[in-house]
Amino acid sequence: MSNFLLPAATLWQRELLRFWRQKSRVLGVVAFPLVFWLVIGSGSNDLARYYSGALVLTVMFSAIFSTISIIEDRREGFLLSMLVSPAPRISMVLGKILGSATLAWIQGLLFLIFAPLAGVSVGPVELLLVAVAIFLISFTLTALGFAIAWKMESTSGFHAIMNLLLVPMWMVSGALFPMATAHGWVKAVMWVNPLTYSISLLDHVLKLPNAGGGSAPGAMASLAVTAAFGLVLLLASAVMAAQKSTRSAA
Amino acid sequence: MIQVQNLTHRYGERLALADVTFEVASGEVFGLLGPNGGGKSTLFRILSTMMVPTAGTASIAGHDVARDPAAVRGVAGVVFQTQSLDKALTVEENLRAQGHLHALSGAELRKRMDKAMEQLGLLDRRKDLVETLSGGLRRRVEIAKALLHRPQVLLMDEASTGLDPSARRDLSRHVELLKQEEGVTILLTTHILEEADRCDRLVLLHQGKIVAAGTPGALRARIGGDVVVLESGDTTGLASGIEQRFGVRPSVMDGQVLVEIANGHRFIAEVVEAFPGAVESVGLHKPTLEDVFVRETGAAIE
Repeated sequence: MSNFLLPAATLWQRELLRFWRQKSRVLGVVAFPLVFWLVIGSGSNDLARYYSGALVLTVMFSAIFSTISIIEDRREGFLLSMLVSPAPRISMVLGKILGSATLAWIQGLLFLIFAPLAGVSVGPVELLLVAVAIFLISFTLTALGFAIAWKMESTSGFHAIMNLLLVPMWMVSGALFPMATAHGWVKAVMWVNPLTYSISLLDHVLKLPNAGGGSAPGAMASLAVTAAFGLVLLLASAVMAAQKSTRSAA
Repeated sequence: MIQVQNLTHRYGERLALADVTFEVASGEVFGLLGPNGGGKSTLFRILSTMMVPTAGTASIAGHDVARDPAAVRGVAGVVFQTQSLDKALTVEENLRAQGHLHALSGAELRKRMDKAMEQLGLLDRRKDLVETLSGGLRRRVEIAKALLHRPQVLLMDEASTGLDPSARRDLSRHVELLKQEEGVTILLTTHILEEADRCDRLVLLHQGKIVAAGTPGALRARIGGDVVVLESGDTTGLASGIEQRFGVRPSVMDGQVLVEIANGHRFIAEVVEAFPGAVESVGLHKPTLEDVFVRETGAAIE
């Protein structure tokens, strides 16, 4: 057991230590979603409407920036020493994803400071639910980042994917407009987009007015889809990392 | 300790390793010498379980590298050419993380970390962030890291690349100590001659093939006598002239004619006399591993 848990724990701790030593990263992650939220929310006089979207964007940015470090690890060689250790690949993948997810989670929780502006008051019991929901979303988005970053050679490739896939994915997740008023193919995309369920999950636990409105998914469906998406991505990442190479690995 | 049998590897069409066979005995320092692209790195990746070979087998301490990589990772320590440390962590934190990857913890891990840091002279730098260390110190941390799980075999890829001569000497002193104190078997790849000279045995790799194998002394002894290096404006003309007149076969490389010959000093006088004006400068040295490499392949190592 210790040869499964220790490697995961040490990689988790490494992510936190690195983050702690470069605390200014928090600002980079929270700043844009906060500005976006304040501008669009104030402009439309509906801060509550865009709150979940901004929080998920914070988590997404954090998850992306953390998983980019896999590419740096590969380039700088740290990954090599993990790969030639006898630790099981799944425990390395889990440690890395949990570490990055914890960072995204902390930054998501920090965003709760602004909740009163959205007219949301979070009591102790709700806070527990909200924390669990944010962790689940953090884990899912980090696993997504990992799965994308694993095969990447350069960070610029990752930025391209971020602009072409992740940000648009967020745009059609209910963060900007509800599924009820969406038209045609966009509506269909929203329906299959896992992020739609993440945003909806937050709407539910924060008891925001847009929760379950129109054709938005219910609380249970949101929870189930988000969890399932995270699990599938974790397994996919583990399978990718376990593949034997016949080419120059890393 | 290490057995390599008919190992062959292709990257697509390109043949990187062609039917390589050798054995490394327990406690030996074994070198793979050759130019970049000669197949050293490919061989290293296969032995360190980073890559599965196209054909042939390799085993470390009886474990097949392709079929049982997990067992190999338990008995081999790997020092990569590229840095594998986390620069944002301290020396100690890097070592601890590595220990955890090998399921070591608690008092046992602390003991081994202290031992490894002591062996490599790192005790006073244990709290320093890796990014503040010099290149030579970083290499020593890499080695300490690779030793934590007490490997029977240490694999080192171009470990001294990028180090200045004094850091390089320092590194080989530590490696030599490890061999004596721990009896660990060491396989290293290098393109640096003085490093190759310090190995117990070595193979010369060129275009994926072993072109020569043996102790550094035995390899140098293949060249009878001295090596005379002549610089000339017309190297091919001079070389064929020498071949006709002295009955030896010179090699030509980079504007130089290299002649292996006994009693080199006498030959120099004769050759300068025989080809007046053709020789621009003359040098004489005892054979080096580079000369052996040139003789076997017609190419240079660097």
